[in-house]
Amino acid sequence: MNKVGQSEVRVDGYDKATGRTKYYEDRMPADALYVRIKHAEKAHAIVKSIDTEAAMKIPGVVKVLTCFDVPDIPFPTAGHPWSMDPGHQDVADRKLLNTHVRYWGDDIAVVIAENEVAANQGVRALTVEYEELPFVLDAQKAMEDGAPLLHEQYPNNILKHTSNRLGDYQNAIKEEGLIKVEGWYDTPTVQHCHIENHGCYAYEENGRIVVVASTQIPHIIRRVVGQALGRPWADIQVIKPYIGGGFGNKQDALYEPLCAWCSTQVGGRCVRIDCAREETFVSNRVRHAIRFHIISWLRKDGTIAARKVECFSNQGAYASHGHSIVAKGMGSFHQHYPCPNMECDSYTVYTNRPVAGAMRGYGMPQASFADESNIDECARAVGMEPMEFRRKNIMPQGYKDNFSGNVNYYDTYRECMKKGAEIIDYERKLKEYANDTGKIRRGIGMATFWYNTAVYPISLETSSNRMLLNLDGTVTMQCGETEIGQGADTAYAQMTAEALGLKSYKDVHVVSCQDTDITPTGLGAYASRQTYVAGFSIKQTAELLKEKILKYACEVTRQAVANMDIEDGNIIRKGDKQVLMSLKELAMTAQYNPVHSEHITAESTYTIRNNAYSFGCTFAEVEVDIEMCKTKLVRIVNVHDCGNLINPALAEAQVHGGMSMAIGYGLSEQLIFDEKTGKPLNNNLLDYKLSTFMDHPNLEAYFIENPEPTSPFGTKALGEPPACSGAPAIRNAILNATGVAINKNPINPHVLFAEFSKAGLINDPWTEKEEK
Amino acid sequence: MYDMKALYEAESVEHAIQLRLEHPEAQIIAGGSDVLVQMREGRRAGKELISIYMIDEMRGISIDKDENIRIGSLTSFSHITRDPIIQKYINVLGEAVDQVGSPQIRNIGTIGGNTCNGVTSADSASTLHAWEAIVELTGKNGVRRIPIKDFYIKAGTVDIHAEEGEIQTAILIPKTSYENTYGHYIKYGMRNAMEIASLGCSVNVRLSEDKRTIERARIAYGVAGPVPMRVPSAESVANGSVISESLLDEFALAVLNDINPRNSWRASRDFRLHIAVEMAKRCLAESIKRAGGVI
Repeated sequence: MNKVGQSEVRVDGYDKATGRTKYYEDRMPADALYVRIKHAEKAHAIVKSIDTEAAMKIPGVVKVLTCFDVPDIPFPTAGHPWSMDPGHQDVADRKLLNTHVRYWGDDIAVVIAENEVAANQGVRALTVEYEELPFVLDAQKAMEDGAPLLHEQYPNNILKHTSNRLGDYQNAIKEEGLIKVEGWYDTPTVQHCHIENHGCYAYEENGRIVVVASTQIPHIIRRVVGQALGRPWADIQVIKPYIGGGFGNKQDALYEPLCAWCSTQVGGRCVRIDCAREETFVSNRVRHAIRFHIISWLRKDGTIAARKVECFSNQGAYASHGHSIVAKGMGSFHQHYPCPNMECDSYTVYTNRPVAGAMRGYGMPQASFADESNIDECARAVGMEPMEFRRKNIMPQGYKDNFSGNVNYYDTYRECMKKGAEIIDYERKLKEYANDTGKIRRGIGMATFWYNTAVYPISLETSSNRMLLNLDGTVTMQCGETEIGQGADTAYAQMTAEALGLKSYKDVHVVSCQDTDITPTGLGAYASRQTYVAGFSIKQTAELLKEKILKYACEVTRQAVANMDIEDGNIIRKGDKQVLMSLKELAMTAQYNPVHSEHITAESTYTIRNNAYSFGCTFAEVEVDIEMCKTKLVRIVNVHDCGNLINPALAEAQVHGGMSMAIGYGLSEQLIFDEKTGKPLNNNLLDYKLSTFMDHPNLEAYFIENPEPTSPFGTKALGEPPACSGAPAIRNAILNATGVAINKNPINPHVLFAEFSKAGLINDPWTEKEEK
Repeated sequence: MYDMKALYEAESVEHAIQLRLEHPEAQIIAGGSDVLVQMREGRRAGKELISIYMIDEMRGISIDKDENIRIGSLTSFSHITRDPIIQKYINVLGEAVDQVGSPQIRNIGTIGGNTCNGVTSADSASTLHAWEAIVELTGKNGVRRIPIKDFYIKAGTVDIHAEEGEIQTAILIPKTSYENTYGHYIKYGMRNAMEIASLGCSVNVRLSEDKRTIERARIAYGVAGPVPMRVPSAESVANGSVISESLLDEFALAVLNDINPRNSWRASRDFRLHIAVEMAKRCLAESIKRAGGVI
């Protein structure tokens, strides 16, 4: 029986369901000191002094360190693979603690104490003297001449500007009879809200520093800690236990460097940093708020003559993943709806807001919202049904992207749209709801998304793993691609069992915990890459291991290697399928053979020089209560083509999680800031409206399984794609219900009140009276 | 780990009063769903606490000798929702407190804490105002009973005489208030759980025998002002009026004479005024329906 393609129970399922799984806090040494961070209470300022005297007097306080004490080493934080090209390396623009405060929440001092209460009291007892500077929160305002400057080496706060030109846009728009559809689209700052806040602990051992962290990227963290502390990279050992989610926030060096440094300042004692939820919202990473300006030029037959796209990405105070995010978003436009004439520009701009980094979808939820809003209006402008317009213009089968080398091997978009439309009865409802004029109206909408798998060719794609044959015939497997809650370990076990010919995925023991001293070097969990990239090295390493097993078996069975294979955990003779011996017998014989003892292992690295498209769509049905300014999501359906499913139940769960994130993005989530001070106003789970399951209908996930030809297992990205098209589908459903096109998300009651008032759907006669 | 100076555990109402007199600076804690949050935020860090959570005599719902519904102040929200007396006579209160936070908070949070906080958004408060609840306070000088509208002094401040060792021991609903009366509560939140009301509206009616006329209508809001408030203008429009579609509109528009919501980043005044009118209308319509009337 196939080991892949089955809905096997998660390898970590039992422990997680019963609460036995150990996270970083469960491994904490009992004598760890508490580090609590003093966050700046100014959006932009220079710290003139910090009075630490009162804090030092608090019983239990061991040490206070400030921005004046840290090494003068700027370091980068993004969880990107190292680049051998210095021009392509991440921007190093922050120190462990900063005297130049660039956002409300910047780290300016730490208090190290014997217990949590003393550490918190110590932070409250610090007195900071600031020289206040003017601040700027909006990306386009930050680009204006004379705007407050965050980093001297970046004039007009522009971290990076890139362009994408196809054909001749300026000439193309001169064509007679073109219809212009123009819009500005605003997406919000949101946060990952993984259930386990980031935290870590660090101590010195034998002249090296050990860091145990809630991270997605242990090997990259090792490098960044080395950089930040000015230490050789192998001086640092990073251990990644189970973590409670990351969604990209933990694809960044968060407090690991600071924690490691604090340990060195207290004689190598173990110190811990545990982010509170309030800190996670503000002083970790957020999703980039990106503003888009799109102009589409259409012919009456519904073809697109030319498009112009401008993207302004709000980076916040430090570079983190920087321009990569909006660059990915911009890069989708010419592929999603290919058009011969395009003029695209994107800007990543520093502002005095929390730092934006990686977040599930990496620029695509933003780009999808803008693109799919504009496309829906394009359809209306030429009098076509939105899905029909998409069918006409969306990427065709056989399309090849010259930069990545990606090929659209199947007619994925049209297959996904067809399936989703049938399931939700889209076309009938679209017509029926468009005529609804009641106070409570139904609407239906859809949106598609563009995505790809892993980071080739922009960055290195590599995967290493190690397999060893245990004495009971099972196999232990280790790799650097991390389990972060998504179920990667289970997929690895299934793929390993398949590649080796074991009886069950249960015969594979995946070492879930990465330890940079032991685990083969890998890059971690990001870019929806784990199953795809690990697949290559799993296949390659399994073949190496198999070769070694069969070679040894040849000595014992006297059968030619070429005549043998492994099936269901046994070594068989291919010709007559006779079982020659079990893997257990082979392993025992090999280990305890007094003449030729062998511990059978294999290890290899695979450099992946492929990428793979992964597309799909969302259909949403809403009920809009106009007077109450409320949207009820009645039904939501996602359809994905992520190639062959390794584990259908886990794939479905992955889609459910992404849909939930998309619902919040579409309807309720947004981090907001006080315009007068730059202070974040709702950095807690009460005021930040993360959607709850009471806000969800049943989440429906469907798949088209077109095998991905570049993957040894026929599989490709599914981690991030489910978060991409939900928000614009909801937006388009509200448009269908009410006729009101809303170009910003989240579409919450405040937005509906303003938009419905503007559109005359609601009318409060007393409002005017009151103003007089 | 909470930054608290001391925790005193009260074993009875008398003991709680005594502890209060001994530790005038101490904060009373019941379920802790507000106090511990504030303590963690640093607002009440380093304070002494008097826990009244173990005083079982303050827990439960009964009908007293004067036929008042008596709700012990320590009764949890989930208990209130499931209680047969509440379900029979004032079901709307059970529905209102069933919209507090999450199941975990409803199991630990108490109606006494909800009202003693003095906040305008408390889910129980608008319904208790609309049903003219009586607050019972017990101190060294005995029991004092005051109407709930007098209990709320200003945002965050209620009428408890701490210097007399007072604690809130019960909330009473008089028979004249609940007899033959039916109501409805709408909580307006930005999501369907884990929410504090952007606006809360509670309406109840008593109809004439033929169910065509409103004998008595009462309406109260939370978050329409600094403390929960009744809306006399709307009530006088409805009282004695024949039920009709236009009455709903007149009643709803009349609320604008009395309410005074604020502009804040959580919601604008205009938005709150808009939904207040719609909520009044929907609450009245549902209350009439529940009372057996037809619009």
